[in-house]
Amino acid sequence: MSTDPEPTKQTDERSLSRKEFLKGVGRSALLIGIGAGGYAWWARITSQFTRRREPVGDARHNYSMAIDIEKCIGCGFCVEACSKENNVPPGHFRTWIERYEVMKDGSVRINSDDGGINGFSDDVRAEDVERAFFVPKLCNHCTDSPCTQVCPVGATFKTEDGVVLVDYDWCIGCRYCIQACPYGSRFWNPVKRTADKCTLCYHRIRKGQVPACVEVCPTGARVFGDLADPESPVSKFMRENATLVMKPHLKTGAKIAYKGMSKEVV
Amino acid sequence: MDLGMLLAETSGYVLPNEKELQWSVLIVLYPYLTGLVAGAFILASLVRVFNSKPVAPVYRLALLTALAFLICAPMPLIGHLGHPERAFQIMATPHLSSAMAMFGFVYAWYLMAVLLLEIYFDYRKEMVAWAQSSRGLKRLLYTVLTLGVMDTSEKAVRFDDRAGRFITIIGIPSAALLHGYVGFIFGSVKGNPWWSSVLMPLIFLLSAIVSGIAAVLVIYMAINWYRRQPHDMKCLNAIGRYLMFALIFDLSLEALDVVHRMYEAGEWFEILGLLGSGYLYYTIFGIQFFLGGIFPLVNLALAQFLKASDATRQRVYFFSGLLVLIGVLCMRWNVVIGGQLFSKSLQGLTTYRLELVGGEGALVAIGVLFLPLAILFVLAKILPPWKAHEEARA
Ligand code: SF4
Ligand code: SF4
Repeated sequence: MSTDPEPTKQTDERSLSRKEFLKGVGRSALLIGIGAGGYAWWARITSQFTRRREPVGDARHNYSMAIDIEKCIGCGFCVEACSKENNVPPGHFRTWIERYEVMKDGSVRINSDDGGINGFSDDVRAEDVERAFFVPKLCNHCTDSPCTQVCPVGATFKTEDGVVLVDYDWCIGCRYCIQACPYGSRFWNPVKRTADKCTLCYHRIRKGQVPACVEVCPTGARVFGDLADPESPVSKFMRENATLVMKPHLKTGAKIAYKGMSKEVV
Repeated sequence: MDLGMLLAETSGYVLPNEKELQWSVLIVLYPYLTGLVAGAFILASLVRVFNSKPVAPVYRLALLTALAFLICAPMPLIGHLGHPERAFQIMATPHLSSAMAMFGFVYAWYLMAVLLLEIYFDYRKEMVAWAQSSRGLKRLLYTVLTLGVMDTSEKAVRFDDRAGRFITIIGIPSAALLHGYVGFIFGSVKGNPWWSSVLMPLIFLLSAIVSGIAAVLVIYMAINWYRRQPHDMKCLNAIGRYLMFALIFDLSLEALDVVHRMYEAGEWFEILGLLGSGYLYYTIFGIQFFLGGIFPLVNLALAQFLKASDATRQRVYFFSGLLVLIGVLCMRWNVVIGGQLFSKSLQGLTTYRLELVGGEGALVAIGVLFLPLAILFVLAKILPPWKAHEEARA
């Protein structure tokens, strides 16, 4: 607080001497120089950051997947195919399989060791198990995705054809999206040092192929297609079967539809 | 090397991508540091806006403390990024639906438009005097700091004072924004029941005020000891009273949050109950609530009402302040780390390994925590916060 009462000299009463005048000119020139240099530097730095992303994808499509839980045998081929196709670092999963065992005593055992990449081995006596099933999981490519909402720089975005992607050249690696995804679909990629997750094999589906996991599934438990096309396999599957999505109460607009969902599924 | 407090790795069913925690101890420090900024500033504004005379001796110290912590606040954040070199994108291409994208703006606003300006107007007259009474580099430094405005006429000084008051009035909502928004970063994550709460920004704000007041109190007393100056007991008593009231509000709100959650008992109830009664039991109930909350509160209240001697009061104030600072740090830990210790499957728990060394280890965290004090030391050398008062007293 300015409580000091001591009066100080008035500076504006001083007259300018020649020397001071020259000094003033020199200082001003220096200031202008620093200002101009600083501005040029600033402009150069900012220009690298202000590019805007062009819309990606074709708005006439809306790609999605449906999963028939009753058909999945837990072989884990899809997890392996995904990890090879997409170079997924070990210990992280773009897709994974969960095994549910409802025991005779009513308890539920859930596991997904190594994401199910090596299949599952028996760990309890078969006669103690009442019912067992496998649930393949992946990013739900939510239409109102919380991950996209929270990304501070827009590096996570939705394509025009309904796929949620991460721009690895744009992601600053804050991991907010990993926190925001209610499904655990995202992971930290230690090689790219960015967030990462399932892309529905965007590089393949743009060429008319199906995602790698769909291609290798021996039982056809994964159905891929274009929701905008009523004749595509996924549209037909969802018409003909009762399906549910994961955590519908969170209103994320999760797209991946499951047939044969049971209340044990988390 | 681990700190040894961690036994089990995971229990129950944890989703395969959740085996590692995403936000480390550095992200615990970020809300702690910004909280100290907001709290210290609000203490300072009590002097300016509400004319709380007894607190005047710490007015400048509170401002400089806020500045020192504000300078350090972004460090843990940027250090934690996978691509720190892209950090600037938050300001260049902010994604407007993201709470985190506001960081750059809120930070810049608070630093430039509030803190620096207020300090400038408050010190300008003296900086002119210091510039005129020194030579060489020192003279240049103070001249630059005055931004070339050397007018110390009564009119100019009056203007400084008015401008300072005006900025404080803007500054109070800004400080609330600065920290309330940090609470919003957590409170708005709907997929995380530990965080998702409308009370979160308010709880963050109140605990920030508590921690900021405690920090200024402790720093003020430590500086007095270091400089062998007597404490201004009127000032200490006033700060102690403010700390007590802030604690009452803060603890009530936190208790309300706990009661509300227990009563509502949503789908997450069991898993969060396990967390609160297990891994986080000591840090929540032992430190955050008891040692850092109720215990100092009772002591402060006794010191106020029992007419304790000055020496006793000093001890009570100092240790209550320290305990409150530890309690609030624990609260940040409980929020940030606690929110990551249960699986989104709501069926399992995991643990956090705090490393001792390494980029996100305990040593770095301690460094980030104490760096602001070093900065404050330098700031106090350049802009001595006590001169005016001691001169006035003499
Ligand atoms: S499942 Fe998770 S990562 Fe995928 S779109 Fe939804 S919120 Fe985002
Ligand atoms: S980690 Fe990357 S994609 Fe995720 S929120 Fe941060 S910047 Fe966006």
